[in-house]
Amino acid sequence: MINPLKMKSWSPYIVGAGIGLLSWFTFASAGHPIGVSTTFEHTAAMTGRAIAPQVEQQNPYFAKKRAEGRPPRIDWQWMLVLGVFAGAWLSARLGKDRTPQSVPPLWRWRFGNSVGKRFAAAFAGGALMMFGARLAGGCTSGHGISGTLQLALSSWIFVAGLFASGALMALLLFGKEGRRHV
Amino acid sequence: MFDSPLNLTLGLLSGLVFGFLLQKGRVAKYHVILGQFLFRDWTVMKVMLTATAVGAIGVWAMIAMGMATLQIKTAAFAPVILGSILFGAGMALFGYCPGTGVAACGEGRRDAMVGVAGMLAGAFAYVAVFPLLQDFTKAWGDAGKVTLPQLLGASPWMYVAVLAAIALLVRVFAEPRQGVSP
Repeated sequence: MINPLKMKSWSPYIVGAGIGLLSWFTFASAGHPIGVSTTFEHTAAMTGRAIAPQVEQQNPYFAKKRAEGRPPRIDWQWMLVLGVFAGAWLSARLGKDRTPQSVPPLWRWRFGNSVGKRFAAAFAGGALMMFGARLAGGCTSGHGISGTLQLALSSWIFVAGLFASGALMALLLFGKEGRRHV
Repeated sequence: MFDSPLNLTLGLLSGLVFGFLLQKGRVAKYHVILGQFLFRDWTVMKVMLTATAVGAIGVWAMIAMGMATLQIKTAAFAPVILGSILFGAGMALFGYCPGTGVAACGEGRRDAMVGVAGMLAGAFAYVAVFPLLQDFTKAWGDAGKVTLPQLLGASPWMYVAVLAAIALLVRVFAEPRQGVSP
Protein backbone atom coordinates (compact mmCIF):
# COMPACT_ATOMS: atom_id res chain seq x y z
CA MET A 1 0.00 0.00 0.00
CA ILE A 2 1.59 3.26 -1.17
CA ASN A 3 1.77 6.07 1.35
CA PRO A 4 -0.69 8.65 -0.03
CA LEU A 5 1.64 11.49 1.03
CA LYS A 6 4.27 10.05 -1.31
CA MET A 7 2.01 9.84 -4.35
CA LYS A 8 2.84 12.17 -7.22
CA SER A 9 -0.71 13.45 -7.46
CA TRP A 10 -4.19 13.18 -6.00
CA SER A 11 -7.60 13.31 -7.66
CA PRO A 12 -8.65 16.95 -8.26
CA TYR A 13 -11.92 16.15 -6.49
CA ILE A 14 -10.08 14.96 -3.36
CA VAL A 15 -7.88 18.05 -3.47
CA GLY A 16 -10.86 20.32 -4.01
CA ALA A 17 -12.74 18.69 -1.15
CA GLY A 18 -9.64 19.10 0.98
CA ILE A 19 -9.48 22.81 0.20
CA GLY A 20 -13.19 23.11 0.96
CA LEU A 21 -12.70 21.44 4.33
CA LEU A 22 -9.68 23.65 4.95
CA SER A 23 -12.02 26.62 4.46
CA TRP A 24 -14.26 25.28 7.23
CA PHE A 25 -11.16 25.16 9.44
CA THR A 26 -9.91 28.64 8.61
CA PHE A 27 -13.33 30.19 9.24
CA ALA A 28 -13.81 28.25 12.47
CA SER A 29 -10.31 28.63 13.90
CA ALA A 30 -9.30 32.13 12.84
CA GLY A 31 -12.39 33.72 11.31
CA HIS A 32 -10.57 34.17 8.00
CA PRO A 33 -11.33 33.05 4.46
CA ILE A 34 -8.43 31.57 2.48
CA GLY A 35 -6.69 34.30 0.48
CA VAL A 36 -3.24 35.11 -0.91
CA SER A 37 -3.07 38.42 -2.75
CA THR A 38 -3.64 40.72 0.24
CA THR A 39 -0.33 39.50 1.62
CA PHE A 40 1.50 40.75 -1.46
CA GLU A 41 -0.13 44.17 -1.16
CA HIS A 42 0.76 44.37 2.53
CA THR A 43 4.34 43.25 1.91
CA ALA A 44 4.76 45.88 -0.78
CA ALA A 45 3.33 48.54 1.54
CA MET A 46 5.53 47.49 4.45
CA THR A 47 8.61 47.41 2.22
CA GLY A 48 7.83 50.84 0.80
CA ARG A 49 7.37 52.21 4.29
CA ALA A 50 10.66 50.68 5.46
CA ILE A 51 12.55 52.21 2.53
CA ALA A 52 10.83 55.60 2.65
CA PRO A 53 8.98 56.21 5.95
CA GLN A 54 7.45 59.43 4.65
CA VAL A 55 5.04 57.45 2.43
CA GLU A 56 3.01 56.70 5.54
CA GLN A 57 1.93 60.34 5.56
CA GLN A 58 2.07 61.01 1.83
CA ASN A 59 0.04 58.04 0.59
CA PRO A 60 -3.55 57.89 1.91
CA TYR A 61 -3.31 54.09 1.52
CA PHE A 62 -1.94 53.66 5.03
CA ALA A 63 -4.51 55.81 6.77
CA LYS A 64 -7.33 54.11 4.86
CA LYS A 65 -6.17 50.61 5.82
CA ARG A 66 -5.78 51.61 9.45
CA ALA A 67 -9.27 53.09 9.44
CA GLU A 68 -10.60 49.81 8.02
CA GLY A 69 -8.89 47.97 10.87
CA ARG A 70 -6.54 46.15 8.48
CA PRO A 71 -3.12 47.83 8.60
CA PRO A 72 -0.35 46.10 6.66
CA ARG A 73 1.51 43.79 9.03
CA ILE A 74 2.78 40.21 9.45
CA ASP A 75 -0.55 38.48 10.06
CA TRP A 76 -2.52 35.25 9.65
CA GLN A 77 -2.58 35.42 5.87
CA TRP A 78 1.09 36.34 5.62
CA MET A 79 1.92 33.12 7.47
CA LEU A 80 -0.53 31.22 5.28
CA VAL A 81 1.37 32.30 2.16
CA LEU A 82 4.64 31.26 3.78
CA GLY A 83 2.99 27.96 4.66
CA VAL A 84 1.86 27.44 1.05
CA PHE A 85 5.49 27.55 -0.09
CA ALA A 86 6.60 25.16 2.67
CA GLY A 87 3.66 22.79 2.20
CA ALA A 88 4.19 22.59 -1.54
CA TRP A 89 7.90 22.05 -1.04
CA LEU A 90 7.19 19.19 1.37
CA SER A 91 4.64 17.64 -0.97
CA ALA A 92 6.99 17.85 -3.96
CA ARG A 93 9.78 16.35 -1.90
CA LEU A 94 7.69 13.44 -0.58
CA GLY A 95 6.23 12.75 -4.02
CA LYS A 96 9.61 13.13 -5.76
CA ASP A 97 7.85 15.66 -7.97
CA ARG A 98 10.31 18.53 -8.09
CA THR A 99 10.59 20.52 -11.31
CA PRO A 100 13.75 22.64 -11.35
CA GLN A 101 12.77 24.16 -14.68
CA SER A 102 12.97 27.63 -16.17
CA VAL A 103 11.21 27.20 -19.52
CA PRO A 104 8.09 25.01 -19.66
CA PRO A 105 7.78 22.82 -22.79
CA LEU A 106 4.62 24.55 -24.05
CA TRP A 107 6.34 27.93 -23.79
CA ARG A 108 9.47 26.59 -25.51
CA TRP A 109 7.41 25.25 -28.41
CA ARG A 110 6.05 28.72 -29.17
CA PHE A 111 8.72 31.15 -27.92
CA GLY A 112 11.95 29.16 -27.92
CA ASN A 113 14.57 28.32 -25.36
CA SER A 114 15.46 31.80 -24.12
CA VAL A 115 15.34 31.86 -20.34
CA GLY A 116 15.41 35.66 -20.41
CA LYS A 117 12.30 35.80 -22.54
CA ARG A 118 10.43 33.36 -20.28
CA PHE A 119 11.53 35.21 -17.15
CA ALA A 120 10.45 38.57 -18.63
CA ALA A 121 7.02 37.16 -19.43
CA ALA A 122 6.71 35.57 -15.99
CA PHE A 123 7.66 38.84 -14.29
CA ALA A 124 5.32 40.95 -16.41
CA GLY A 125 2.51 38.40 -16.11
CA GLY A 126 2.91 38.21 -12.35
CA ALA A 127 2.89 41.99 -12.05
CA LEU A 128 -0.17 42.43 -14.27
CA MET A 129 -1.99 39.62 -12.47
CA MET A 130 -1.32 41.03 -9.00
CA PHE A 131 -2.26 44.56 -9.99
CA GLY A 132 -5.56 43.19 -11.28
CA ALA A 133 -6.04 41.13 -8.12
CA ARG A 134 -5.65 44.12 -5.82
CA LEU A 135 -7.86 46.26 -8.02
CA ALA A 136 -10.57 43.60 -7.76
CA GLY A 137 -9.88 42.86 -4.11
CA GLY A 138 -8.81 39.22 -4.45
CA CYS A 139 -7.40 36.41 -6.54
CA THR A 140 -8.31 32.82 -7.46
CA SER A 141 -8.12 31.94 -3.75
CA GLY A 142 -9.77 34.98 -2.20
CA HIS A 143 -12.43 35.55 -4.85
CA GLY A 144 -12.27 32.28 -6.79
CA ILE A 145 -12.73 29.94 -3.85
CA SER A 146 -13.54 31.89 -0.70
CA GLY A 147 -15.77 34.47 -2.37
CA THR A 148 -17.65 32.03 -4.58
CA LEU A 149 -18.38 29.65 -1.71
CA GLN A 150 -19.81 32.62 0.20
CA LEU A 151 -21.92 33.31 -2.89
CA ALA A 152 -20.52 36.84 -3.23
CA LEU A 153 -21.62 38.69 -6.37
CA SER A 154 -18.21 40.36 -6.69
CA SER A 155 -16.46 36.98 -6.70
CA TRP A 156 -18.67 35.30 -9.27
CA ILE A 157 -18.16 38.31 -11.56
CA PHE A 158 -14.40 38.06 -10.93
CA VAL A 159 -14.26 34.37 -11.84
CA ALA A 160 -16.20 34.90 -15.07
CA GLY A 161 -13.91 37.76 -16.03
CA LEU A 162 -10.68 35.96 -15.23
CA PHE A 163 -11.51 32.84 -17.20
CA ALA A 164 -12.71 34.80 -20.22
CA SER A 165 -9.63 37.01 -20.21
CA GLY A 166 -7.23 34.16 -19.48
CA ALA A 167 -8.68 32.03 -22.26
CA LEU A 168 -8.33 34.90 -24.71
CA MET A 169 -4.74 35.58 -23.66
CA ALA A 170 -3.86 31.86 -23.93
CA LEU A 171 -5.36 31.79 -27.42
CA LEU A 172 -3.37 34.91 -28.40
CA LEU A 173 -0.17 33.39 -27.01
CA PHE A 174 -0.47 29.83 -28.30
CA GLY A 175 -3.25 29.75 -30.85
CA LYS A 176 -5.52 26.76 -31.39
CA GLU A 177 -2.47 24.63 -32.22
CA GLY A 178 -1.20 25.23 -28.74
CA ARG A 179 -3.78 22.80 -27.38
CA ARG A 180 -1.85 19.94 -28.94
CA HIS A 181 1.38 20.94 -27.22
CA VAL A 182 0.10 21.34 -23.66
CA MET B 1 3.40 44.94 13.36
CA PHE B 2 2.55 41.33 14.21
CA ASP B 3 -0.69 39.43 14.60
CA SER B 4 -1.11 37.25 17.72
CA PRO B 5 1.12 34.12 18.02
CA LEU B 6 -2.01 31.98 17.84
CA ASN B 7 -3.15 33.55 14.58
CA LEU B 8 0.35 33.34 13.11
CA THR B 9 0.50 29.63 13.98
CA LEU B 10 -2.98 28.92 12.61
CA GLY B 11 -2.08 30.76 9.42
CA LEU B 12 1.10 28.76 8.95
CA LEU B 13 -0.69 25.48 9.60
CA SER B 14 -3.48 26.37 7.18
CA GLY B 15 -0.93 27.38 4.57
CA LEU B 16 1.03 24.14 4.93
CA VAL B 17 -2.12 22.15 4.22
CA PHE B 18 -3.15 24.47 1.37
CA GLY B 19 0.27 24.31 -0.30
CA PHE B 20 0.44 20.54 0.10
CA LEU B 21 -3.01 20.14 -1.47
CA LEU B 22 -2.23 22.49 -4.38
CA GLN B 23 0.96 20.59 -5.22
CA LYS B 24 -0.71 17.19 -4.97
CA GLY B 25 -3.54 18.55 -7.09
CA ARG B 26 -1.03 19.31 -9.88
CA VAL B 27 -2.20 22.90 -10.10
CA ALA B 28 1.26 24.23 -9.27
CA LYS B 29 2.24 23.27 -12.83
CA TYR B 30 2.45 25.58 -15.84
CA HIS B 31 1.01 23.10 -18.33
CA VAL B 32 -2.01 22.38 -16.12
CA ILE B 33 -2.92 26.07 -15.74
CA LEU B 34 -2.39 26.86 -19.42
CA GLY B 35 -4.11 23.59 -20.27
CA GLN B 36 -7.20 24.92 -18.49
CA PHE B 37 -7.12 28.25 -20.32
CA LEU B 38 -6.76 26.34 -23.60
CA PHE B 39 -9.65 24.07 -22.54
CA ARG B 40 -7.51 20.98 -22.85
CA ASP B 41 -7.07 20.20 -19.13
CA TRP B 42 -9.96 20.67 -16.72
CA THR B 43 -8.04 20.05 -13.49
CA VAL B 44 -8.21 23.68 -12.35
CA MET B 45 -11.97 23.91 -12.72
CA LYS B 46 -12.49 20.52 -11.07
CA VAL B 47 -10.46 21.60 -8.06
CA MET B 48 -12.12 25.02 -7.78
CA LEU B 49 -15.65 23.72 -8.28
CA THR B 50 -15.24 20.98 -5.68
CA ALA B 51 -13.58 23.36 -3.22
CA THR B 52 -16.41 25.86 -3.64
CA ALA B 53 -19.14 23.22 -3.28
CA VAL B 54 -17.64 21.52 -0.22
CA GLY B 55 -16.55 24.80 1.35
CA ALA B 56 -20.01 26.32 0.92
CA ILE B 57 -21.69 23.52 2.85
CA GLY B 58 -19.62 23.98 5.99
CA VAL B 59 -19.30 27.74 5.89
CA TRP B 60 -23.02 28.35 5.39
CA ALA B 61 -23.77 25.87 8.16
CA MET B 62 -21.46 27.85 10.44
CA ILE B 63 -23.11 31.11 9.39
CA ALA B 64 -26.52 29.63 10.19
CA MET B 65 -25.26 28.60 13.64
CA GLY B 66 -23.75 32.00 14.27
CA MET B 67 -20.24 30.54 14.28
CA ALA B 68 -19.00 32.50 11.27
CA THR B 69 -19.71 35.76 9.49
CA LEU B 70 -19.52 36.55 5.80
CA GLN B 71 -16.27 38.12 4.67
CA ILE B 72 -16.76 39.12 1.08
CA LYS B 73 -15.66 41.92 -1.20
CA THR B 74 -17.85 44.74 -2.41
CA ALA B 75 -19.29 44.45 -5.92
CA ALA B 76 -17.77 47.67 -7.21
CA PHE B 77 -18.20 46.93 -10.89
CA ALA B 78 -15.38 48.92 -12.48
CA PRO B 79 -12.46 47.67 -10.37
CA VAL B 80 -13.82 44.12 -10.07
CA ILE B 81 -14.47 43.68 -13.79
CA LEU B 82 -11.34 45.46 -14.98
CA GLY B 83 -9.29 43.80 -12.27
CA SER B 84 -10.53 40.36 -13.31
CA ILE B 85 -9.57 41.03 -16.94
CA LEU B 86 -6.06 42.19 -16.01
CA PHE B 87 -5.78 39.26 -13.62
CA GLY B 88 -6.78 36.64 -16.17
CA ALA B 89 -4.46 38.05 -18.83
CA GLY B 90 -1.57 38.20 -16.37
CA MET B 91 -2.28 34.70 -15.11
CA ALA B 92 -2.21 33.22 -18.63
CA LEU B 93 1.04 35.05 -19.38
CA PHE B 94 2.68 34.03 -16.09
CA GLY B 95 1.18 30.54 -16.08
CA TYR B 96 0.25 30.48 -12.40
CA CYS B 97 -2.10 32.31 -10.03
CA PRO B 98 -0.81 33.88 -6.79
CA GLY B 99 -1.37 30.76 -4.68
CA THR B 100 -0.20 28.23 -7.24
CA GLY B 101 2.71 30.51 -8.14
CA VAL B 102 3.97 30.39 -4.56
CA ALA B 103 3.36 26.63 -4.51
CA ALA B 104 5.23 26.25 -7.79
CA CYS B 105 8.25 27.86 -6.11
CA GLY B 106 8.04 24.93 -3.71
CA GLU B 107 8.33 22.62 -6.74
CA GLY B 108 11.55 24.38 -7.62
CA ARG B 109 10.18 26.13 -10.68
CA ARG B 110 12.49 29.05 -11.50
CA ASP B 111 10.00 30.91 -13.70
CA ALA B 112 7.49 30.86 -10.84
CA MET B 113 10.08 32.42 -8.54
CA VAL B 114 10.64 35.22 -11.03
CA GLY B 115 6.89 35.63 -11.35
CA VAL B 116 6.50 35.93 -7.59
CA ALA B 117 9.00 38.79 -7.72
CA GLY B 118 6.81 40.25 -10.47
CA MET B 119 3.79 39.86 -8.20
CA LEU B 120 5.54 41.94 -5.57
CA ALA B 121 6.29 44.57 -8.19
CA GLY B 122 2.64 44.61 -9.26
CA ALA B 123 1.54 45.01 -5.67
CA PHE B 124 4.05 47.82 -5.27
CA ALA B 125 2.61 49.56 -8.32
CA TYR B 126 -0.90 49.18 -6.91
CA VAL B 127 0.01 50.76 -3.56
CA ALA B 128 1.90 53.53 -5.33
CA VAL B 129 -1.00 54.54 -7.57
CA PHE B 130 -3.63 53.88 -4.88
CA PRO B 131 -4.47 57.60 -4.45
CA LEU B 132 -5.18 57.91 -8.19
CA LEU B 133 -7.60 54.95 -8.19
CA GLN B 134 -10.10 56.25 -5.67
CA ASP B 135 -12.44 57.91 -8.18
CA PHE B 136 -12.26 54.88 -10.47
CA THR B 137 -13.53 52.62 -7.71
CA LYS B 138 -17.09 53.92 -7.99
CA ALA B 139 -17.00 54.64 -11.74
CA TRP B 140 -19.61 52.02 -12.67
CA GLY B 141 -21.45 51.92 -9.38
CA ASP B 142 -21.15 49.60 -6.41
CA ALA B 143 -23.76 47.01 -5.45
CA GLY B 144 -22.07 46.57 -2.07
CA LYS B 145 -21.11 43.40 -0.22
CA VAL B 146 -24.06 41.53 -1.66
CA THR B 147 -24.53 37.79 -2.06
CA LEU B 148 -26.38 36.00 -4.86
CA PRO B 149 -29.25 34.98 -2.54
CA GLN B 150 -29.63 38.58 -1.41
CA LEU B 151 -29.61 39.78 -5.00
CA LEU B 152 -31.67 37.11 -6.73
CA GLY B 153 -33.74 35.72 -3.87
CA ALA B 154 -34.10 32.17 -2.49
CA SER B 155 -32.27 30.64 0.43
CA PRO B 156 -28.47 30.30 0.29
CA TRP B 157 -29.02 26.56 0.67
CA MET B 158 -30.57 26.40 -2.78
CA TYR B 159 -27.34 27.76 -4.25
CA VAL B 160 -25.26 25.42 -2.08
CA ALA B 161 -27.37 22.48 -3.27
CA VAL B 162 -26.96 23.51 -6.92
CA LEU B 163 -23.18 23.79 -6.49
CA ALA B 164 -23.03 20.38 -4.83
CA ALA B 165 -25.18 18.85 -7.54
CA ILE B 166 -22.99 20.27 -10.31
CA ALA B 167 -19.81 19.05 -8.62
CA LEU B 168 -21.33 15.59 -8.19
CA LEU B 169 -22.54 15.43 -11.79
CA VAL B 170 -19.13 16.52 -13.09
CA ARG B 171 -17.41 13.82 -11.03
CA VAL B 172 -19.84 11.11 -12.14
CA PHE B 173 -19.97 11.97 -15.85
CA ALA B 174 -16.57 13.53 -16.52
CA GLU B 175 -14.60 10.55 -15.21
CA PRO B 176 -16.13 7.58 -17.07
CA ARG B 177 -13.16 5.32 -16.48
CA GLN B 178 -13.30 5.81 -12.73
CA GLY B 179 -16.97 4.91 -12.40
CA VAL B 180 -19.24 5.94 -9.59
CA SER B 181 -17.84 3.87 -6.73
CA PRO B 182 -14.54 5.00 -5.16
